Amino acid sequence: MIPESVIVLAYLLASVLFILGIKGLTHPRTAVRGNLTGALGMLIAVLATLFHSGIIEYHWIILGLIVGSVMGAVLALKVRMTAMPQMVALLNGFGGAASVLVAAAELIRTPPPPVSDIAIATFASAIIGAVTFWGSLLAFAKLQEYKAFREPIRYPLLQPINAVLGILALGASVLGVLDPSAPGWYWVVVALSSVLGLTLVNPIGGADMPVVIALLNSYSGLAAAATGFVLGNAVLIISGSLVGASGIILTNIMCKAMNRSMFNVLFGVLQEGEQAAKADEVYRTVKSATAEEIAMLFDTARRVVIVPGYGMAVAQAQHAVRDLYHLLESRGIEVLFGIHPVAGRMPGHMNVLLAEVEIPYDKLKELDEINAILNETDVAIVLGANDVVNPLAKTDPKSPIAGMPIIEVDKAKTVVVIKRSLSPGFANIPNPLFAAPNTLMFFADGKRAVLDLVAAIKES
Amino acid sequence: MALTIFVLAIFVGFEIITKVPPTLHTPLMSGSNAISGITIVGAIIAAGAGHSTLATILGTLAVILATINVVGGFLVTDRMLQMFKRKS
Repeated sequence: MIPESVIVLAYLLASVLFILGIKGLTHPRTAVRGNLTGALGMLIAVLATLFHSGIIEYHWIILGLIVGSVMGAVLALKVRMTAMPQMVALLNGFGGAASVLVAAAELIRTPPPPVSDIAIATFASAIIGAVTFWGSLLAFAKLQEYKAFREPIRYPLLQPINAVLGILALGASVLGVLDPSAPGWYWVVVALSSVLGLTLVNPIGGADMPVVIALLNSYSGLAAAATGFVLGNAVLIISGSLVGASGIILTNIMCKAMNRSMFNVLFGVLQEGEQAAKADEVYRTVKSATAEEIAMLFDTARRVVIVPGYGMAVAQAQHAVRDLYHLLESRGIEVLFGIHPVAGRMPGHMNVLLAEVEIPYDKLKELDEINAILNETDVAIVLGANDVVNPLAKTDPKSPIAGMPIIEVDKAKTVVVIKRSLSPGFANIPNPLFAAPNTLMFFADGKRAVLDLVAAIKES
Repeated sequence: MALTIFVLAIFVGFEIITKVPPTLHTPLMSGSNAISGITIVGAIIAAGAGHSTLATILGTLAVILATINVVGGFLVTDRMLQMFKRKS
Protein backbone atom coordinates (compact mmCIF):
# COMPACT_ATOMS: atom_id res chain seq x y z
CA MET A 1 0.00 0.00 0.00
CA ILE A 2 1.45 3.36 -0.99
CA PRO A 3 1.03 6.27 1.43
CA GLU A 4 -1.87 8.69 1.09
CA SER A 5 0.51 11.60 0.44
CA VAL A 6 1.75 9.96 -2.76
CA ILE A 7 -1.82 9.64 -4.00
CA VAL A 8 -2.44 13.31 -3.25
CA LEU A 9 0.70 14.24 -5.19
CA ALA A 10 -0.45 12.08 -8.10
CA TYR A 11 -3.80 13.93 -8.08
CA LEU A 12 -1.90 17.23 -8.09
CA LEU A 13 0.12 16.08 -11.08
CA ALA A 14 -3.10 15.00 -12.82
CA SER A 15 -4.63 18.45 -12.18
CA VAL A 16 -1.60 20.17 -13.67
CA LEU A 17 -1.79 17.90 -16.72
CA PHE A 18 -5.50 18.75 -17.16
CA ILE A 19 -4.74 22.47 -17.10
CA LEU A 20 -1.88 22.03 -19.59
CA GLY A 21 -4.08 19.75 -21.68
CA ILE A 22 -6.91 22.27 -21.97
CA LYS A 23 -4.38 25.01 -22.66
CA GLY A 24 -3.04 22.87 -25.51
CA LEU A 25 -6.53 22.49 -26.93
CA THR A 26 -6.73 26.23 -27.51
CA HIS A 27 -4.19 26.27 -30.38
CA PRO A 28 -4.36 24.14 -33.54
CA ARG A 29 -0.67 23.35 -33.41
CA THR A 30 -0.66 22.03 -29.84
CA ALA A 31 -4.16 20.52 -29.78
CA VAL A 32 -3.28 16.86 -30.38
CA ARG A 33 -0.61 16.98 -27.70
CA GLY A 34 -3.01 18.82 -25.38
CA ASN A 35 -5.59 16.08 -25.69
CA LEU A 36 -2.98 13.41 -25.00
CA THR A 37 -1.75 15.40 -22.00
CA GLY A 38 -5.29 15.42 -20.61
CA ALA A 39 -5.61 11.69 -21.21
CA LEU A 40 -2.31 11.08 -19.43
CA GLY A 41 -3.60 13.12 -16.48
CA MET A 42 -6.68 10.92 -16.38
CA LEU A 43 -4.60 7.75 -16.50
CA ILE A 44 -2.48 8.95 -13.59
CA ALA A 45 -5.58 9.90 -11.59
CA VAL A 46 -7.15 6.48 -12.20
CA LEU A 47 -3.97 4.55 -11.36
CA ALA A 48 -3.45 6.55 -8.17
CA THR A 49 -7.05 5.95 -7.14
CA LEU A 50 -6.60 2.21 -7.47
CA PHE A 51 -4.22 2.46 -4.50
CA HIS A 52 -6.73 4.39 -2.39
CA SER A 53 -6.97 3.00 1.14
CA GLY A 54 -10.79 2.88 0.91
CA ILE A 55 -10.73 0.22 -1.78
CA ILE A 56 -10.88 -3.33 -0.49
CA GLU A 57 -12.06 -5.26 -3.54
CA TYR A 58 -11.22 -4.86 -7.19
CA HIS A 59 -13.35 -7.16 -9.32
CA TRP A 60 -16.26 -4.73 -9.73
CA ILE A 61 -13.88 -1.91 -10.57
CA ILE A 62 -12.08 -3.99 -13.20
CA LEU A 63 -15.37 -5.14 -14.68
CA GLY A 64 -16.64 -1.54 -14.88
CA LEU A 65 -13.40 -0.28 -16.42
CA ILE A 66 -13.41 -2.99 -19.09
CA VAL A 67 -17.09 -2.63 -20.01
CA GLY A 68 -16.82 1.18 -20.09
CA SER A 69 -13.59 1.18 -22.12
CA VAL A 70 -14.96 -1.16 -24.76
CA MET A 71 -18.22 0.78 -25.08
CA GLY A 72 -16.45 4.13 -25.15
CA ALA A 73 -13.91 2.97 -27.74
CA VAL A 74 -16.56 1.46 -29.99
CA LEU A 75 -18.66 4.62 -29.82
CA ALA A 76 -15.70 6.88 -30.50
CA LEU A 77 -14.27 4.90 -33.39
CA LYS A 78 -17.56 4.16 -35.12
CA VAL A 79 -19.28 7.55 -34.97
CA ARG A 80 -19.42 9.52 -38.21
CA MET A 81 -18.13 13.07 -38.11
CA THR A 82 -21.59 14.35 -39.02
CA ALA A 83 -22.97 12.66 -35.90
CA MET A 84 -20.41 14.30 -33.61
CA PRO A 85 -22.91 16.61 -31.86
CA GLN A 86 -25.06 13.66 -30.72
CA MET A 87 -21.98 11.80 -29.57
CA VAL A 88 -20.75 14.68 -27.45
CA ALA A 89 -24.24 15.14 -26.00
CA LEU A 90 -24.39 11.46 -25.05
CA LEU A 91 -20.94 11.43 -23.42
CA ASN A 92 -21.89 14.57 -21.51
CA GLY A 93 -24.95 12.83 -20.17
CA PHE A 94 -22.94 9.81 -19.02
CA GLY A 95 -20.58 12.07 -17.08
CA GLY A 96 -23.54 13.71 -15.36
CA ALA A 97 -25.16 10.38 -14.50
CA ALA A 98 -21.90 9.06 -13.07
CA SER A 99 -21.78 12.05 -10.71
CA VAL A 100 -25.32 11.35 -9.49
CA LEU A 101 -24.46 7.71 -8.80
CA VAL A 102 -21.18 8.47 -7.01
CA ALA A 103 -22.87 10.98 -4.71
CA ALA A 104 -25.64 8.44 -4.01
CA ALA A 105 -23.18 5.66 -3.20
CA GLU A 106 -21.28 8.02 -0.91
CA LEU A 107 -24.51 9.04 0.84
CA ILE A 108 -25.34 5.38 1.52
CA ARG A 109 -21.80 4.59 2.63
CA THR A 110 -21.20 7.47 5.02
CA PRO A 111 -24.10 9.89 5.41
CA PRO A 112 -22.56 13.33 6.02
CA PRO A 113 -23.49 15.28 9.17
CA PRO A 114 -26.70 17.34 8.81
CA VAL A 115 -26.41 20.85 7.36
CA SER A 116 -22.76 20.32 6.39
CA ASP A 117 -21.07 21.54 3.24
CA ILE A 118 -20.75 17.90 2.17
CA ALA A 119 -24.49 17.37 2.49
CA ILE A 120 -25.09 20.48 0.38
CA ALA A 121 -22.61 19.28 -2.25
CA THR A 122 -24.28 15.86 -2.35
CA PHE A 123 -27.61 17.40 -3.31
CA ALA A 124 -25.99 19.84 -5.73
CA SER A 125 -24.46 16.80 -7.41
CA ALA A 126 -27.91 15.20 -7.62
CA ILE A 127 -29.55 18.25 -9.19
CA ILE A 128 -26.81 19.16 -11.68
CA GLY A 129 -26.02 15.56 -12.58
CA ALA A 130 -29.63 14.53 -13.20
CA VAL A 131 -30.43 17.67 -15.22
CA THR A 132 -27.29 17.03 -17.28
CA PHE A 133 -28.11 13.37 -17.88
CA TRP A 134 -31.73 13.74 -18.96
CA GLY A 135 -31.13 17.03 -20.75
CA SER A 136 -28.29 15.43 -22.70
CA LEU A 137 -30.35 12.35 -23.57
CA LEU A 138 -33.11 14.55 -24.93
CA ALA A 139 -30.57 16.66 -26.84
CA PHE A 140 -29.18 13.42 -28.26
CA ALA A 141 -32.66 12.33 -29.38
CA LYS A 142 -33.30 15.72 -30.99
CA LEU A 143 -29.95 15.75 -32.79
CA GLN A 144 -30.43 12.18 -33.95
CA GLU A 145 -33.74 13.45 -35.37
CA TYR A 146 -35.87 10.72 -33.87
CA LYS A 147 -39.37 11.42 -35.12
CA ALA A 148 -40.99 11.69 -31.69
CA PHE A 149 -38.53 14.40 -30.62
CA ARG A 150 -38.27 16.47 -33.77
CA GLU A 151 -40.89 18.92 -32.58
CA PRO A 152 -40.96 20.16 -28.99
CA ILE A 153 -43.84 18.69 -27.02
CA ARG A 154 -46.25 21.57 -26.62
CA TYR A 155 -47.94 22.16 -23.30
CA PRO A 156 -49.05 25.33 -21.54
CA LEU A 157 -47.21 27.13 -18.74
CA LEU A 158 -43.76 26.05 -19.89
CA GLN A 159 -41.73 28.38 -17.73
CA PRO A 160 -43.94 28.20 -14.61
CA ILE A 161 -43.69 24.40 -14.67
CA ASN A 162 -39.88 24.63 -14.87
CA ALA A 163 -39.88 27.09 -11.99
CA VAL A 164 -42.11 24.85 -9.86
CA LEU A 165 -39.93 21.80 -10.58
CA GLY A 166 -36.82 23.78 -9.70
CA ILE A 167 -38.33 25.02 -6.44
CA LEU A 168 -39.54 21.52 -5.50
CA ALA A 169 -36.09 20.07 -6.21
CA LEU A 170 -34.48 22.77 -4.06
CA GLY A 171 -37.07 22.22 -1.31
CA ALA A 172 -36.47 18.46 -1.24
CA SER A 173 -32.72 19.20 -1.18
CA VAL A 174 -33.15 21.39 1.89
CA LEU A 175 -35.00 18.56 3.66
CA GLY A 176 -32.27 16.14 2.57
CA VAL A 177 -29.51 18.44 3.79
CA LEU A 178 -31.27 18.76 7.17
CA ASP A 179 -31.31 14.95 7.53
CA PRO A 180 -28.84 13.24 5.17
CA SER A 181 -29.35 9.87 6.90
CA ALA A 182 -32.73 9.60 5.15
CA PRO A 183 -31.55 8.84 1.59
CA GLY A 184 -35.16 8.94 0.31
CA TRP A 185 -34.85 12.70 -0.21
CA TYR A 186 -31.86 12.17 -2.44
CA TRP A 187 -33.88 10.09 -4.87
CA VAL A 188 -36.77 12.54 -4.73
CA VAL A 189 -34.33 15.27 -5.76
CA VAL A 190 -32.93 13.07 -8.53
CA ALA A 191 -36.43 12.34 -9.83
CA LEU A 192 -37.51 16.00 -9.80
CA SER A 193 -34.26 17.11 -11.45
CA SER A 194 -34.61 14.42 -14.09
CA VAL A 195 -37.99 15.81 -15.11
CA LEU A 196 -36.54 19.32 -14.98
CA GLY A 197 -33.73 18.28 -17.34
CA LEU A 198 -36.33 17.11 -19.85
CA THR A 199 -38.62 20.14 -19.54
CA LEU A 200 -35.68 22.55 -19.82
CA VAL A 201 -34.36 21.08 -23.06
CA ASN A 202 -37.77 20.19 -24.57
CA PRO A 203 -38.67 23.62 -26.00
CA ILE A 204 -35.20 24.30 -27.39
CA GLY A 205 -35.19 23.95 -31.16
CA GLY A 206 -32.64 23.29 -33.86
CA ALA A 207 -31.01 26.69 -34.14
CA ASP A 208 -30.37 26.90 -30.42
CA MET A 209 -28.86 23.43 -30.25
CA PRO A 210 -25.20 24.59 -30.25
CA VAL A 211 -25.98 26.63 -27.16
CA VAL A 212 -27.61 23.71 -25.38
CA ILE A 213 -24.70 21.39 -26.13
CA ALA A 214 -22.22 23.96 -24.84
CA LEU A 215 -24.30 24.54 -21.74
CA LEU A 216 -24.75 20.85 -20.92
CA ASN A 217 -21.01 20.47 -21.33
CA SER A 218 -20.57 23.11 -18.67
CA TYR A 219 -23.09 21.35 -16.40
CA SER A 220 -21.27 18.02 -16.67
CA GLY A 221 -18.16 19.78 -15.36
CA LEU A 222 -20.03 21.42 -12.53
CA ALA A 223 -21.55 18.04 -11.60
CA ALA A 224 -18.04 16.58 -11.37
CA ALA A 225 -16.93 19.55 -9.25
CA ALA A 226 -19.90 19.05 -6.91
CA THR A 227 -18.93 15.39 -6.54
CA GLY A 228 -15.44 16.63 -5.70
CA PHE A 229 -16.90 18.61 -2.80
CA VAL A 230 -18.73 15.47 -1.63
CA LEU A 231 -15.54 13.42 -1.64
CA GLY A 232 -13.28 16.25 -0.53
CA ASN A 233 -11.16 15.55 -3.60
CA ALA A 234 -9.26 18.44 -5.17
CA VAL A 235 -8.65 16.84 -8.56
CA LEU A 236 -12.39 16.53 -9.14
CA ILE A 237 -13.00 20.11 -8.09
CA ILE A 238 -10.22 21.47 -10.29
CA SER A 239 -11.02 19.52 -13.44
CA GLY A 240 -14.76 19.95 -12.96
CA SER A 241 -14.48 23.71 -12.69
CA LEU A 242 -12.15 23.87 -15.70
CA VAL A 243 -14.79 22.11 -17.77
CA GLY A 244 -17.54 24.26 -16.27
CA ALA A 245 -15.66 27.42 -17.21
CA SER A 246 -14.93 26.26 -20.76
CA GLY A 247 -18.58 25.33 -21.29
CA ILE A 248 -19.82 28.70 -20.07
CA ILE A 249 -17.39 30.54 -22.35
CA LEU A 250 -18.57 28.57 -25.36
CA THR A 251 -22.21 29.10 -24.37
CA ASN A 252 -21.57 32.82 -24.19
CA ILE A 253 -19.90 32.84 -27.63
CA MET A 254 -22.89 31.00 -29.12
CA CYS A 255 -25.39 33.36 -27.52
CA LYS A 256 -23.52 36.39 -28.84
CA ALA A 257 -23.46 34.81 -32.29
CA MET A 258 -27.24 34.72 -32.24
CA ASN A 259 -27.79 37.96 -30.37
CA ARG A 260 -29.81 36.03 -27.82
CA SER A 261 -29.57 36.32 -24.09
CA MET A 262 -28.50 33.20 -22.27
CA PHE A 263 -31.69 33.48 -20.22
CA ASN A 264 -33.92 33.30 -23.31
CA VAL A 265 -32.13 30.28 -24.66
CA LEU A 266 -32.09 28.54 -21.28
CA PHE A 267 -35.74 28.94 -20.64
CA GLY A 268 -36.83 28.33 -24.19
CA VAL A 269 -38.32 31.75 -24.72
CA LEU A 270 -39.21 31.57 -28.40
CA GLN A 271 -40.39 34.66 -30.16
CA GLU A 272 -43.11 33.70 -32.55
CA GLY A 273 -42.52 35.27 -35.94
CA GLU A 274 -45.51 36.89 -37.67
CA GLN A 275 -43.80 37.10 -41.02
CA ALA A 276 -44.46 33.53 -42.11
CA ALA A 277 -47.58 34.51 -44.06
CA LYS A 278 -45.65 36.93 -46.23
CA ALA A 279 -43.48 34.23 -47.81
CA ASP A 280 -45.36 34.39 -51.14
CA GLU A 281 -44.74 38.10 -51.39
CA VAL A 282 -41.07 37.81 -50.44
CA TYR A 283 -40.43 35.11 -53.00
CA ARG A 284 -42.12 36.76 -56.01
CA THR A 285 -38.83 37.52 -57.75
CA VAL A 286 -36.93 34.29 -57.10
CA LYS A 287 -34.70 33.20 -60.01
CA SER A 288 -33.52 29.63 -60.29
CA ALA A 289 -30.58 28.42 -62.36
CA THR A 290 -29.09 25.15 -63.60
CA ALA A 291 -25.63 23.78 -62.88
CA GLU A 292 -24.50 24.78 -66.43
CA GLU A 293 -25.63 28.37 -65.96
CA ILE A 294 -23.92 28.61 -62.60
CA ALA A 295 -20.73 27.00 -63.94
CA MET A 296 -20.31 29.95 -66.30
CA LEU A 297 -19.98 32.30 -63.36
CA PHE A 298 -16.66 30.71 -62.53
CA ASP A 299 -15.13 31.53 -65.93
CA THR A 300 -14.42 35.05 -64.80
CA ALA A 301 -14.51 34.70 -61.01
CA ARG A 302 -11.42 35.47 -59.00
CA ARG A 303 -12.70 34.95 -55.48
CA VAL A 304 -15.38 32.50 -54.31
CA VAL A 305 -16.73 32.26 -50.79
CA ILE A 306 -18.56 29.12 -49.69
CA VAL A 307 -20.90 29.42 -46.70
CA PRO A 308 -21.80 25.96 -45.34
CA GLY A 309 -24.66 25.19 -42.99
CA TYR A 310 -26.30 22.20 -41.44
CA GLY A 311 -27.70 21.29 -44.87
CA MET A 312 -24.17 20.40 -45.95
CA ALA A 313 -23.85 17.99 -43.02
CA VAL A 314 -27.25 16.38 -43.67
CA ALA A 315 -26.47 15.87 -47.36
CA GLN A 316 -22.96 14.57 -46.50
CA ALA A 317 -21.79 17.05 -49.10
CA GLN A 318 -18.42 17.88 -47.57
CA HIS A 319 -16.51 15.51 -49.87
CA ALA A 320 -18.15 17.02 -52.93
CA VAL A 321 -17.29 20.47 -51.56
CA ARG A 322 -13.66 19.44 -51.32
CA ASP A 323 -13.73 18.45 -55.01
CA LEU A 324 -15.25 21.81 -55.91
CA TYR A 325 -12.63 23.55 -53.80
CA HIS A 326 -9.73 21.78 -55.54
CA LEU A 327 -11.23 22.33 -58.99
CA LEU A 328 -11.67 26.06 -58.45
CA GLU A 329 -8.26 26.49 -56.83
CA SER A 330 -6.64 24.63 -59.75
CA ARG A 331 -8.11 27.31 -62.02
CA GLY A 332 -6.49 30.07 -60.01
CA ILE A 333 -9.63 31.09 -58.16
CA GLU A 334 -9.25 31.96 -54.49
CA VAL A 335 -11.72 29.90 -52.47
CA LEU A 336 -12.55 30.83 -48.88
CA PHE A 337 -15.10 29.47 -46.45
CA GLY A 338 -17.29 31.74 -44.32
CA ILE A 339 -18.13 30.00 -41.08
CA HIS A 340 -20.87 31.36 -38.86
CA PRO A 341 -20.35 30.43 -35.19
CA VAL A 342 -23.75 28.75 -34.92
CA ALA A 343 -23.75 27.03 -38.30
CA GLY A 344 -24.44 23.36 -37.65
CA ARG A 345 -25.48 21.68 -34.45
CA MET A 346 -22.57 22.28 -32.14
CA PRO A 347 -19.92 24.99 -31.79
CA GLY A 348 -17.37 24.56 -34.53
CA HIS A 349 -19.34 21.79 -36.25
CA MET A 350 -18.60 23.11 -39.77
CA ASN A 351 -14.89 23.39 -39.02
CA VAL A 352 -14.77 19.71 -38.10
CA LEU A 353 -16.62 18.62 -41.24
CA LEU A 354 -14.34 20.69 -43.47
CA ALA A 355 -11.26 19.46 -41.65
CA GLU A 356 -12.50 15.90 -42.26
CA VAL A 357 -12.07 16.49 -46.00
CA GLU A 358 -8.74 18.27 -45.51
CA ILE A 359 -9.71 21.83 -46.30
CA PRO A 360 -6.76 23.79 -44.85
CA TYR A 361 -7.95 25.64 -41.79
CA ASP A 362 -6.47 28.95 -42.89
CA LYS A 363 -9.16 28.93 -45.59
CA LEU A 364 -11.89 28.95 -42.94
CA LYS A 365 -12.77 32.53 -42.08
CA GLU A 366 -14.77 33.84 -39.18
CA LEU A 367 -17.78 36.08 -39.46
CA ASP A 368 -16.04 39.49 -39.26
CA GLU A 369 -13.16 38.47 -41.46
CA ILE A 370 -15.36 37.13 -44.25
CA ASN A 371 -17.81 40.04 -44.09
CA ALA A 372 -14.94 42.44 -44.65
CA ILE A 373 -14.12 40.90 -48.04
CA LEU A 374 -17.52 39.81 -49.33
CA ASN A 375 -17.96 43.00 -51.36
CA GLU A 376 -14.83 42.01 -53.26
CA THR A 377 -16.15 38.50 -53.87
CA ASP A 378 -17.44 37.35 -57.25
CA VAL A 379 -19.51 34.36 -56.21
CA ALA A 380 -20.83 33.44 -52.76
CA ILE A 381 -22.17 29.89 -52.53
CA VAL A 382 -24.61 29.30 -49.69
CA LEU A 383 -24.78 25.57 -49.07
CA GLY A 384 -27.60 24.43 -46.83
CA ALA A 385 -27.50 27.51 -44.65
CA ASN A 386 -30.52 29.66 -43.98
CA ASP A 387 -30.83 31.90 -41.01
CA VAL A 388 -27.12 32.74 -40.75
CA VAL A 389 -27.33 34.57 -44.10
CA ASN A 390 -30.81 36.13 -43.67
CA PRO A 391 -30.61 39.92 -44.20
CA LEU A 392 -33.80 40.35 -42.16
CA ALA A 393 -31.56 40.08 -39.10
CA LYS A 394 -30.20 43.51 -40.04
CA THR A 395 -33.28 45.15 -41.58
CA ASP A 396 -36.32 43.96 -39.62
CA PRO A 397 -36.24 44.82 -35.93
CA LYS A 398 -39.39 42.74 -35.38
CA SER A 399 -37.90 39.56 -36.81
CA PRO A 400 -37.16 36.71 -34.38
CA ILE A 401 -33.54 36.85 -35.51
CA ALA A 402 -33.27 40.65 -35.33
CA GLY A 403 -29.79 41.77 -34.39
CA MET A 404 -28.19 38.40 -35.02
CA PRO A 405 -24.85 38.93 -36.77
CA ILE A 406 -25.05 37.32 -40.22
CA ILE A 407 -22.69 36.47 -43.02
CA GLU A 408 -23.43 39.24 -45.49
CA VAL A 409 -23.34 37.19 -48.68
CA ASP A 410 -25.70 39.68 -50.32
CA LYS A 411 -22.68 41.98 -50.72
CA ALA A 412 -21.07 39.54 -53.19
CA LYS A 413 -21.48 40.15 -56.92
CA THR A 414 -23.53 36.96 -57.34
CA VAL A 415 -25.01 34.71 -54.68
CA VAL A 416 -25.76 31.07 -55.43
CA VAL A 417 -28.05 29.45 -52.88
CA ILE A 418 -28.06 25.65 -52.96
CA LYS A 419 -31.17 24.43 -51.21
CA ARG A 420 -33.80 21.80 -51.79
CA SER A 421 -36.75 24.20 -51.64
CA LEU A 422 -37.75 27.62 -50.44
CA SER A 423 -38.72 26.16 -47.06
CA PRO A 424 -37.71 28.37 -44.16
CA GLY A 425 -34.87 27.50 -41.81
CA PHE A 426 -34.99 26.78 -38.11
CA ALA A 427 -36.12 30.29 -37.28
CA ASN A 428 -39.09 29.64 -39.56
CA ILE A 429 -38.97 32.94 -41.41
CA PRO A 430 -38.69 33.57 -45.15
CA ASN A 431 -35.34 34.78 -46.42
CA PRO A 432 -35.43 37.82 -48.75
CA LEU A 433 -31.90 36.91 -49.84
CA PHE A 434 -33.41 34.16 -52.00
CA ALA A 435 -35.30 36.80 -54.01
CA ALA A 436 -32.50 39.37 -54.19
CA PRO A 437 -31.62 40.62 -57.72
CA ASN A 438 -28.10 39.12 -57.50
CA THR A 439 -29.21 35.74 -56.14
CA LEU A 440 -29.59 32.53 -58.13
CA MET A 441 -31.37 29.61 -56.50
CA PHE A 442 -30.06 26.14 -57.28
CA PHE A 443 -32.79 23.77 -56.10
CA ALA A 444 -31.25 20.38 -55.34
CA ASP A 445 -29.91 18.14 -52.63
CA GLY A 446 -26.66 19.67 -51.37
CA LYS A 447 -24.37 16.84 -52.44
CA ARG A 448 -26.05 16.29 -55.82
CA ALA A 449 -25.90 20.01 -56.53
CA VAL A 450 -22.19 20.34 -55.81
CA LEU A 451 -21.37 17.21 -57.83
CA ASP A 452 -23.38 18.54 -60.77
CA LEU A 453 -21.64 21.87 -60.44
CA VAL A 454 -18.21 20.22 -60.47
CA ALA A 455 -19.15 18.24 -63.59
CA ALA A 456 -20.51 21.36 -65.30
CA ILE A 457 -17.40 23.41 -64.54
CA LYS A 458 -15.18 20.64 -65.91
CA GLU A 459 -17.18 20.61 -69.14
CA SER A 460 -17.34 24.32 -69.68
CA MET B 1 -10.45 25.21 1.38
CA ALA B 2 -12.39 23.26 -1.27
CA LEU B 3 -14.29 26.43 -2.15
CA THR B 4 -11.00 28.30 -2.61
CA ILE B 5 -9.78 25.63 -5.02
CA PHE B 6 -13.11 25.77 -6.89
CA VAL B 7 -13.01 29.55 -7.37
CA LEU B 8 -9.32 29.59 -8.33
CA ALA B 9 -9.81 26.76 -10.83
CA ILE B 10 -12.70 28.61 -12.46
CA PHE B 11 -10.47 31.67 -12.84
CA VAL B 12 -7.72 29.54 -14.36
CA GLY B 13 -10.30 28.05 -16.72
CA PHE B 14 -11.51 31.46 -17.89
CA GLU B 15 -7.96 32.74 -18.30
CA ILE B 16 -6.96 29.78 -20.45
CA ILE B 17 -9.99 29.47 -22.63
CA THR B 18 -11.21 32.98 -23.46
CA LYS B 19 -9.34 33.22 -26.77
CA VAL B 20 -9.95 29.82 -28.29
CA PRO B 21 -10.39 29.95 -32.09
CA PRO B 22 -13.73 28.69 -33.54
CA THR B 23 -11.86 25.97 -35.43
CA LEU B 24 -11.23 24.26 -32.13
CA HIS B 25 -14.59 24.77 -30.44
CA THR B 26 -15.75 21.20 -31.03
CA PRO B 27 -12.50 19.44 -30.04
CA LEU B 28 -12.20 21.71 -26.99
CA MET B 29 -15.70 20.77 -25.99
CA SER B 30 -15.27 17.03 -26.43
CA GLY B 31 -11.81 17.12 -24.85
CA SER B 32 -12.96 19.07 -21.81
CA ASN B 33 -15.97 16.77 -21.67
CA ALA B 34 -13.62 13.81 -21.39
CA ILE B 35 -11.91 15.56 -18.49
CA SER B 36 -15.27 15.95 -16.74
CA GLY B 37 -15.23 12.14 -16.62
CA ILE B 38 -12.83 12.61 -13.67
CA THR B 39 -15.84 11.51 -11.64
CA ILE B 40 -14.33 8.11 -12.42
CA VAL B 41 -12.07 8.65 -9.39
CA GLY B 42 -15.07 8.76 -7.06
CA ALA B 43 -16.75 5.95 -8.95
CA ILE B 44 -13.77 3.64 -8.48
CA ILE B 45 -13.74 4.27 -4.74
CA ALA B 46 -17.50 3.72 -4.50
CA ALA B 47 -17.34 0.48 -6.48
CA GLY B 48 -14.46 -0.97 -4.51
CA ALA B 49 -15.32 0.11 -0.97
CA GLY B 50 -17.22 -3.11 -0.36
CA HIS B 51 -19.82 -1.29 1.71
CA SER B 52 -23.29 -2.50 0.78
CA THR B 53 -24.57 -4.25 -2.30
CA LEU B 54 -26.51 -1.15 -3.34
CA ALA B 55 -23.48 1.14 -2.98
CA THR B 56 -21.36 -1.34 -4.95
CA ILE B 57 -23.93 -1.56 -7.75
CA LEU B 58 -24.22 2.23 -7.93
CA GLY B 59 -20.44 2.54 -7.90
CA THR B 60 -19.94 -0.05 -10.63
CA LEU B 61 -22.57 1.62 -12.83
CA ALA B 62 -20.81 4.93 -12.22
CA VAL B 63 -17.46 3.37 -13.22
CA ILE B 64 -18.99 2.13 -16.48
CA LEU B 65 -20.60 5.47 -17.35
CA ALA B 66 -17.57 7.55 -16.37
CA THR B 67 -15.24 5.24 -18.31
CA ILE B 68 -17.38 5.56 -21.44
CA ASN B 69 -17.19 9.33 -20.96
CA VAL B 70 -13.42 9.31 -20.50
CA VAL B 71 -12.38 6.77 -23.13
CA GLY B 72 -14.97 7.86 -25.70
CA GLY B 73 -14.22 11.54 -25.10
CA PHE B 74 -10.44 11.38 -25.47
CA LEU B 75 -10.58 9.01 -28.45
CA VAL B 76 -13.14 10.99 -30.40
CA THR B 77 -11.25 14.21 -29.71
CA ASP B 78 -8.07 12.63 -30.99
CA ARG B 79 -9.88 11.46 -34.12
CA MET B 80 -11.08 14.99 -34.79
CA LEU B 81 -7.72 16.58 -34.12
CA GLN B 82 -5.91 14.15 -36.41
CA MET B 83 -8.06 15.59 -39.19
CA PHE B 84 -7.04 19.11 -38.30
CA LYS B 85 -3.40 18.11 -38.32
CA ARG B 86 -3.28 16.90 -41.91
CA LYS B 87 -2.53 19.69 -44.31
CA SER B 88 -2.85 19.34 -48.01
